[in-house]
Amino acid sequence: MRTVIFRTTAPYLTSLMVLFSIFVLLRGHNEPGGGFIGGLIAASAFAIYGIACGVPPVRRALVFHPMSIAGTGLFIGASSGIISLFSGVPFFTGLWIYPTIFGVEIALSTPLVFDIGVYLVVLGTIASIALGLEERERL
Amino acid sequence: MAGKPTEPVDLTGAMVTDVPALADWLVVAPVVICLLGGAFLLAQRKNTAIQGRTAVGVLALLVVAAVGLLSHVLNSGPIVMTMGRWLPPFGITFAVDILGAVMVLVAAIVSFFCGLYALTEIDTQHRRYGFFPFLVLLMAGVCGAFLTGDIFNLYVWFEVLLIASFGLLILGNEKAQLDGAVKYAFLNLIATTLFLIATAYLYGLVGTLNMADIAVRVAELPDGAPINTIAALYLLAFAMKAAAFPVFSWLPAAYHTPRIVVSAVFAGLLTKVGVYALLRTLVMLMPASLAVFTDILAWIAGATMLLGVLGALAQSDIRRTMGYLVVSGIGSMLAGIALASDLGLMGAIMYAVHSMIVMTALYMTCGLMIHQAGSHDLRRLGGLYARDPFLSAIFLILAFAIAGLPPFSGFWPKLTLIQASLAGGNGWLAGAILVTGFLTTIAVGRIWIMSFWRGGPVGTPDGESIAITDMPMTDPADRRDMLFPIIGLTILVIALGFLPRPYLNIAAGGAGGLLYSDAYVESVLGKDSTEADIGEEIGTDADGPDANSTEESQSGDGS
Repeated sequence: MRTVIFRTTAPYLTSLMVLFSIFVLLRGHNEPGGGFIGGLIAASAFAIYGIACGVPPVRRALVFHPMSIAGTGLFIGASSGIISLFSGVPFFTGLWIYPTIFGVEIALSTPLVFDIGVYLVVLGTIASIALGLEERERL
Repeated sequence: MAGKPTEPVDLTGAMVTDVPALADWLVVAPVVICLLGGAFLLAQRKNTAIQGRTAVGVLALLVVAAVGLLSHVLNSGPIVMTMGRWLPPFGITFAVDILGAVMVLVAAIVSFFCGLYALTEIDTQHRRYGFFPFLVLLMAGVCGAFLTGDIFNLYVWFEVLLIASFGLLILGNEKAQLDGAVKYAFLNLIATTLFLIATAYLYGLVGTLNMADIAVRVAELPDGAPINTIAALYLLAFAMKAAAFPVFSWLPAAYHTPRIVVSAVFAGLLTKVGVYALLRTLVMLMPASLAVFTDILAWIAGATMLLGVLGALAQSDIRRTMGYLVVSGIGSMLAGIALASDLGLMGAIMYAVHSMIVMTALYMTCGLMIHQAGSHDLRRLGGLYARDPFLSAIFLILAFAIAGLPPFSGFWPKLTLIQASLAGGNGWLAGAILVTGFLTTIAVGRIWIMSFWRGGPVGTPDGESIAITDMPMTDPADRRDMLFPIIGLTILVIALGFLPRPYLNIAAGGAGGLLYSDAYVESVLGKDSTEADIGEEIGTDADGPDANSTEESQSGDGS
């Protein structure tokens, strides 16, 4: 799959898909989207990059090992439940704050933190599998 | 994006409004500790230097949380917490009674000692495969299964522990391991699917997944409701998980392939989660259906314990023998469930506690024997008494315990089970337990005589023994580090044998909590049911015995 056209477009495609995956992640609370589907989109972005340019550049671009990303995601996801300990409500209760940043009211919540965790878990796991398969293919 | 609510909404009908006591957090603490610890270890997967110690630290924290949980439950009854403030039966509930708390505690202790043992037994290469993250995540699944009060959530925790166990089973990617893992995975996935199907049917029938709510509604079902079919599906699914006759073949096929500490973890924890799930679903949720299946279950129990121990006698690989002994122990626990009396369930719970500790310790001892003698084949073992007299004493203690001989931990559960069988008019079941105990004595005695007592492998002349220098060298520091967790578990075995009073009391409390689940049901639904609409439907219909008690508690609250 190492054609010139594919290799030239893959980086743009990848960056667009990662951007889109973050958009999908953030809109996910009340509209279609969320951490799981966002993570899938991001993982497929890196898979495409891997198909086009080989696995080592992807690993360099990701900086961390995919399983470390997944582990961090699981940690963030589990921590989002703990926040309720400090507010005197049961585990995993959704808590919201509405700070105003640059004159815009933004709704931040523990479900969003949990979703970010899910996003990272899915991204890490699927990217780990995809990169593993792509590496094996070229042996 | 969700906007800010403009006017306050009255939430008292749908949500828990009181602030949970800090102690209530104990019910989720084991799962949270394991999830956070497992996630951290997963992120540090390549950093093998810190993994072992961190994992042991996390598991020690788990033991502390489990001790706190059990003492709190013993002092002030079941603890309940519903995720996200939703009022039960909506929202996922974590609820723990004495049975759940004691299982969490024993599982935590066993996993802690396994973690210690693994510090020596799992080398850098296997740490890179992720032994420690898998172990801690497995504990998250095990604790979740023991603590959850929601039957679908139980399925989820089963999946969590199953996936972690796959990872542990194939640690090292050896051919025999993959072979064992395929059998293990295949039968376990069938069992999990049956569990899911049964849960779907149950949801269709009673319209709820909350266990306390199910217990109430199953008691109110009209005649002719297909609850017995659902109970049969649960029985088959969990019997597969627990490795009962005739669906136990996956266990001996898989348990001898992984690293010995992995077998020790599995032998201690996995099958007992199946037994726990049987106790929870059949005894607490569907007691009437359990009564229908009593005879079948008693036969299954007898066959499991006898075939298990006969299998143990037939093996010459000590790891396989241990696998069959795990199966045989499951038979004894099933016998207690089949009796379904106070005493029988008490015996089953005691046997589960005893079996978790002793089987883990036995596997660890076998691991050290294999290290010291360089073989796991009984024909090649011998002369270990001269090599390591202390280990031979420990093995003998554990062998007496697994055979049910006094004064060790196995004696009291067997005594209780036999007493319960005789009280229940099941003389043959008592006989089967006794015969199994006798055959177990032969099976473990054979290992002790052949590997410790005799001078050397097959072919060594009588009265002579092979030179210690012919055996592989074990680093004395390694031996000490591997011996320490074994000694820790053996002390527990002795303590449970000599001081049975707390052990008996806790098991009796656990059995009582299952048979008379009013306290559990009330702690989940009762105290809120007067305020919420959902309570009316349960309380007004006073047909079943459980409904009666809910009604009483409500009228008591109202007056």
